[in-house]
Parts: sequence; structure tokens; C-alpha cells
Amino acid sequence: MEHIQIETDLKSSLESIFTEKSPTLFSKDTPYVAGVRKQAFDKFAQLGFPTARQERWRGTDLSKSLAPDYEFIMEAPGENVDIEKIFQCEVPHFETFLVAQLNGWYVYRNSPLTVLPSGVVIGSLAKAFEQYPDLIKQHYGKYTEQSAEGLIALNTAFAQDGIFIYVPDNVTVPDVIQMVNIVDFDRNLMLQARNLVIVGKNSHLRLVQCDDSINHKVTFINSVSEVFLDKDSSLDHYKLQNKDEHSTLINSLYFYQESGSSLSSNAISLNGGIIRNNTTVKLAGEHSSANIYGVYLMDRNQHIDNQVFIDHMVPNCQSSEMFKGILDDHASGVFNGHVMVRKDAQHTNAYQSNKNILLTDKATVDTKPFLEIYADDVKCSHGATVGQLDGDAMFYIRSRGISEANAQILLMYAFAAEVVNKISIPELRQRIDDMVKKRLRGELSYCDQCVLHCSTQEKKVSFEIDVTKI
Amino acid sequence: MEKEQNNILEEVTQGDYKYGFYTDIEMDTAPMGLSEDTVRFISAKKNEPEWLLEFRLKAYRHWLTLTEPNWAHLHHAPINYQDIIFYAAPKRKKELTSLDEVDPDLLDTFNKLGISLEEQKRLSGVAVDAVIDSVSVKTTFTETLSKYGIIFCSFSEAVQNHPDLVRQYLATVVPATDNFFAALNSAVFSDGSFCYIPKGVRCPIELSTYFRINAANTGQFERTLIVADEGAYVSYMEGCTAPMRDENQLHAAIVEIIAMKDAEVKYSTVQNWYPGDKNGLGGVYNFVTKRGMCKGSHSKISWTQVETGSAITWKYPSVVLMGDYSVGEFYSVAVTNNFQQADTGTKMMHLGKNTRSTIISKGISAGQSNNSYRGLVKIIKRAENSRNYSQCDSLLLGDKCGAHTFPYIKAENHSSIIEHEATTSKISDDQLFYCNQRGISTESAIGLIVNGYAKEVLQHLPMEFAVEAQKLLAISLEGSVG
Repeated sequence: MEHIQIETDLKSSLESIFTEKSPTLFSKDTPYVAGVRKQAFDKFAQLGFPTARQERWRGTDLSKSLAPDYEFIMEAPGENVDIEKIFQCEVPHFETFLVAQLNGWYVYRNSPLTVLPSGVVIGSLAKAFEQYPDLIKQHYGKYTEQSAEGLIALNTAFAQDGIFIYVPDNVTVPDVIQMVNIVDFDRNLMLQARNLVIVGKNSHLRLVQCDDSINHKVTFINSVSEVFLDKDSSLDHYKLQNKDEHSTLINSLYFYQESGSSLSSNAISLNGGIIRNNTTVKLAGEHSSANIYGVYLMDRNQHIDNQVFIDHMVPNCQSSEMFKGILDDHASGVFNGHVMVRKDAQHTNAYQSNKNILLTDKATVDTKPFLEIYADDVKCSHGATVGQLDGDAMFYIRSRGISEANAQILLMYAFAAEVVNKISIPELRQRIDDMVKKRLRGELSYCDQCVLHCSTQEKKVSFEIDVTKI
Repeated sequence: MEKEQNNILEEVTQGDYKYGFYTDIEMDTAPMGLSEDTVRFISAKKNEPEWLLEFRLKAYRHWLTLTEPNWAHLHHAPINYQDIIFYAAPKRKKELTSLDEVDPDLLDTFNKLGISLEEQKRLSGVAVDAVIDSVSVKTTFTETLSKYGIIFCSFSEAVQNHPDLVRQYLATVVPATDNFFAALNSAVFSDGSFCYIPKGVRCPIELSTYFRINAANTGQFERTLIVADEGAYVSYMEGCTAPMRDENQLHAAIVEIIAMKDAEVKYSTVQNWYPGDKNGLGGVYNFVTKRGMCKGSHSKISWTQVETGSAITWKYPSVVLMGDYSVGEFYSVAVTNNFQQADTGTKMMHLGKNTRSTIISKGISAGQSNNSYRGLVKIIKRAENSRNYSQCDSLLLGDKCGAHTFPYIKAENHSSIIEHEATTSKISDDQLFYCNQRGISTESAIGLIVNGYAKEVLQHLPMEFAVEAQKLLAISLEGSVG
């Protein structure tokens, strides 16, 4: 394995690495991918890392995350990695098709690309560059193209591997596909993970994306996923984040929807140092719909930043956003929802909501639900609240003999449940529900390697009832 | 039916500017362009004390280091600050002692505006401090007010007669270094109003100023300072118009309000600067910094604004809630038509404990205009038990206009509650149908609905203004609505 030490001036050292290591970087590229990579590098050179002076980065300061010396892993880990030794998924009654990335590289047992009988292709993106040049040419880099984010350009310039999923037309994928991104490295690591998901016409896919780290070194993960939903297709997407406090996770998702397609994306952030979820949805075909949900439970010094941009490009589309968060200790939360209704995108329905509970005076919330509308026959609304647990409700519960701590957990759980209940895979909902309960009781930590990993099933919640008070 | 409706909508939304007349009054102007000499010229012209000149020069030097802000959702040709006359005053032939001596042309202007000084003096009991192109022409009711110890005069008079008060409060709410346009104003402000309400006095009448831009290529840089001492109350009104001109006129005002313990200031404004013609030509560039400071506990500042004019509006009347239990309010109706652009809203800075703020903003966009609400609600750690409620709605008339909402919410403690709601929609066909069915024409129905939509804000205006504002709403969306 070749590792490269990145010097303190991150940007210029990245630039020199790009020049020096270009033979390795470009080694698996088709001419198209090489072109995209070169262009992205120029863009990164021009944009650099984001700073707090940029409007979209006002709430999140990356300077600390960018300060340590990071290393890059330039070559694949090899074939003989036994992923099951590192990672085990033991969610009861939850059958998934597991694909894993280790330190940004696709991990495989037999072949880099698995083709299922239905024609579904799952595997390494680097291999897909080679084997499916037409699909790559059609989709890769297309949906992030217009992004003015330095980090996206950085990812495109340096990404070498990731997960590639292709669902042909008219296929309903029976298994839930679970994408696990594992970091296991004994030094500080920066990685650029890249995924591409293509869902064909009238096809349906369920996808669970997990981010985990195994050791507790400083990591900087800059992950970019492009998802294309063709006509009348649907995608159920879940993103679970349970990371250690030394990690910075930038998760950028670009959805592009053709007519009649429907998307449901759910981000569940339970632990992490700095988590930023950039979700961009382009509703490019009529009668498409997107539901973006999120719940975040942060404490200590954790920071969560949810950025959602929904672009209503054509008439008759629907979108809704609901983000709910509880912030404890010194935690800070940022929400930036942007709905754009373009000229002539009539009959648009867009709904946006961000609700926050602050548990301490040291926790902060910075929210900006923002609408940009250029068409008149639309129904758009947004709402944002910041508050605390309802005093009346607390009193009601406590007057029935439930302890203050339990009453608090009950109310917080009920608050988060609105989003958790949107999960449409029953086993997963049950599991996440349990995890949220655990998290609220302070029992869940990043040590639980994978969010789906804990084999101990949730105990029944019992409330201490003070009999003397009845 | 739909076509007819569209036609009516179009008619309704294509009215002309009714205040487009130009009074030929001899002007006393500064040379074109901005330099230290211009600043000195203005200061000398106004016979200002040394400290004020210093203040201006300091602001000017700071302004040179700044660049024009570009974060607003506004697009306009770059402003050439060397192409503007920074000071224009009607030539004063002699000192005026009574209304009769005021230039008859000027009086005529007021009459056209419908704010005849005499009428207002006699009938409405409103003291008017009319400002034409930067210099306050005549202040009425000064004598009546002085009985209560209330000072209400032009800013330049205040500098001459009450220098200590001016010096004590000037730039304490909006420092000269606050922003690009505030620095510009601090350097070249020409005149404006000064108002001081002493301890425990409830101002018996509503104070009013009327601004009007007259000369070509002049920027208007007025400065208003309102101080309400402990337990005082005042309701202050400001109205603005500008004649029709092809070139864009620049307006960069500052309004500062200070409310001490238990004081209340109610500030209402109707802004009807020339919005440019139907093709987006001309119009006023309005870059205003308005801010109030609730300095003492239990104080209250309330902003009510009806914005129908200006080609470009950049305006965020704000309240700094410093005193405990202080209250800030913001009620706004902003109408944009044709090619107008408005980026307006408010800032509520909760610094004291148990502070409350309410924001009600109604945007109406028609034609090809863009109307944005931009607001900040910030509650710091110390501001326990604070409360904010914001509601900003947008109404779209026509499919070529835009309505945008940029609310920023920052909360830093867990005992405060912030709520924010916003909706964007067009006039619903159901409502129109309901009115039509009862024999109300589509045109009147639109008027009804728009006025009803804005009512929540209009009801906070003083009576005289409420009537005018309703008329203005109608005029902005043509003459016959309302």
C-alpha cells in the first residue's frame, strides 16, 4: 500500500500530489473520466477549501478539521481483506445485500462487479469505469458538474474508487442494499469516497448508507454520491451516521429525478465530530416527488450541518423536507434548506420544516429555511422553531409518577419519532427506533461500530413508577 | 375567464407613477462627485462644529476602505459615486418665520402630495417636518411641542441648538463604520429630523416628516435621530416620494432610535419613491440603515413600513433588544411591480432577558419584479426566556415575478422560543370566484384580497397613514384597486 503524507498547507500539497501522482490517479480512467478529473482539479485549484466567509459555510468551520496532517491511500487494499472480520452486520431479520468500502476502496470477495440475475450490477466504481464506459459517460460527474463547492471538485479530482450500482429498467430489487463505509487505519486519514447509483425506468431500489469508523484516529471523509432516477422509478434512501468525535464527515448527495420518479431520503445522525450532509435534489421531470427527512441527536461538542437544496425545474412536482434535532451539552446544529422554484415551474408544492430542541444554554442552533420562487401558481411554505421540552407535557407525565429523566426521554423520543416513523422498512425502523432510544438514554456511543451492528436487542423500556405517590 | 382575469391583473398591475411632477425651485448644490472637499463643503455649508466635521471625515475615510455589499438578492448597474450631487438645498432667500413666507412653488408641491402644511396644521394636528432635497424647509408645531419639552426639529437645527444631545446620541445605534451605506451617509448626510422626548412625556401628537427627492442626479442622505427618554412615548411617521426621472437617484438614509427605560417609540413609514417606469428605466436606489435600540428595560420599539416605491430597496429596520423585558416589533408590507427589486426585512437581536419580538412581513410581487424577505433573529446565551414569532408571507401576482424568503435564525439558549412561518402563494381562484359570485368585479376583488392580505400590517399604522397606505397599495397595483 502506498501512503502519502499530506503537508500542512493542505491545498498546495494536494495540488502537488495531484501532479506527482497523476499516473496512479489516472491509471483506471477512461478518457472521459480523465477529462472530468482534470477539469475538477482545475476547479479545486481555483475554489480551494470552503471558508466561513462563504454563505453556505457560515455555520460550519472546517479550519480545525483541515489542520491535522492527513494521509492518503493511493492503492486498493488487495483482494484478501476479510471484511467480515472487521465488520459484521447482525440486525435481526434484516436481510441486506452488503457492499463495503474500506478506507474509500471497494472491498470484494470474488469479483469487483457482481451482476445479479435481474441484471442489477453492484460493485467497484473503478471497475465500472472500464466495463460500463457508456453508463459512466452518461452519468458520472454530470450531477455535480455545476457545483461551486471546492470539496466536490476535490472529490472528483482525487476519487479513485467507490460503489457503483446500476439497476436496469423494470426491476424491483428485492433486497435492501447496504453500503458500508468503514475507516480502519492507524494514522490520520483523508479520503474521497465516490458513489454512483443509476436506477432505470420503472425500477425500485432501497438503499442504506452507513458511515462507521473502527479506530479513533482523526479522519476527514469527503464522500460524494450521484444518484440518477429514471422515469417512474423510486428510491428509498437511508443514511446512518454514527461516527467518533475525531471525524469530519462531509456527505454530499446529488439526486437527479426524471418524470414520475419518487425519492425518499432519510438522514439519521446519532454521533460524529463534524457531520455535514449536503443534499441536492433536481426535480427535472414532471410529477416527480422528493421527501427529504432528517433527525439529529447531538451532544458534547458534536456539530451537525444539514444543507438541503431542492430545485423545482419543471411544473407539477412536489417536495417536502422535515428535519428535527435535539442538541445537548455544547453541541451545535445548522440547517439550511433552500427551495428554488424556477420560472414556469407552476403547480409546485414545496414544504419545509426544521424543528429544534435545545437542552442546555451552551447548545446552539442556526437555521435558515429559505425559499426562492419565480413562478406564481405554487404552494410553498416553511417553518422553523427552536424551543425546549414542553413544560405542560412534562408536568402531565410527571404528575403520573414518571421520573423527570424518564419523562424527558419520553418527550424527546416522541419528538424524534415523527421522522423515524417515516422509515418504510419495518426491520430498519425498529432497529433505528431502538437506537434512538438508546441514544437518548446515553447508552449508544460511537463504539458501537456499525449502527446496525449491535447484536443485543433492545430491552423493553420500563418506567419507574413511584407507588407511594399514587 | 382566465384570459380576462389575466388582462385585468395586467391592467391592475401596470399603473403609472402618480407623483411624477417636478418642482422648479432654485437649488443650491454641491459640486458633483465625492471627495474630502465635498464633505468639507457640506459641513461648512451647514456651519457645523468641528467635532461633526471630524465625524464625517472619519466616516468618509472608512467608507473608502469598504466595498459595496453584494449579498442581497438585487441586481443593478454599478453606482458611480462620482456622478452624484451629494448636496442640494433649495436656495433660501431669507429666514422664514411663518408659513406664508415659504416658497409658493414649494407649498404647491406639498399640496400635490396631499400634505398641505396648513391643512395638516389645522385639521390633523400633525407636526410636519418636510424635507425637500435634504434640507428641512419648515417645521410646524415646534412651539406647541416645546411646551412639553419635546424637541422636534431638523437635524441641522439640532446641531446648532442642541449640540450636546446630538453628540451624545449620534451614531450610538448605527456607528459610522456599520456598513458601506451607513459610512457613506455619515460622511455626507445633509439633513433630516431630530426628535427628543424628555422623561415621562407622552408626545400628544404624531410627529411626521415628509421626504421628497427633487433635483436631478442628487442623492438624498438624510439622517434621523429619535431619542425617547425614560417613560416617554412618541409615534413618528415618515413618508417619501420622488419625481419621475430617468436616471437612478440614490438614497442612503440612516434612522436611529433610542428608547430608554419604559419608553416606547412607534415608527411608521410609507415609502413611495419613484419606482422607475414600466420598462425598468430610472427609479430610486434606496439603501437605508434603520435601527432602534431598546436601551432600558421594558422599552419598546415598533417599526411599521409600507414599501411601494423605489427601483431598488435595501432596507432592514432592526431592533437591538438590550434592556430586559424590552419588546421589538416589525410590521411590513412590501409591494414590487414592473422591474422593481426589494430586499427587505428586519433584524431582532435579543441581548436582554425576557425580551420579545414579533415580525410580520407581507410581500406582494407583480410584473417582473423580485421581492425578498431577509431577516435575522438572534437570541444570545444571556437572553433567557426570550420569545420570537415571525411570519412572512408572499403573494405572487403574475408568473414573471419572484418572491424569496431568507430567514436566519440563531438560538443560543434553551429557555427561549423561536417560531418562524412562511408561505408563498398566489391569489386563490376560490377567493376570486367567491367575490365574483357576489357581484364583485375581478378588479375590485383583487383589491379587496390584497388589502385584506396586508391588513395585519396596515392596522398598525396611524390613522392618517393607514388611509394613505391603502391608497398607495392601490396605486402601486394601478389606480382602481382598493
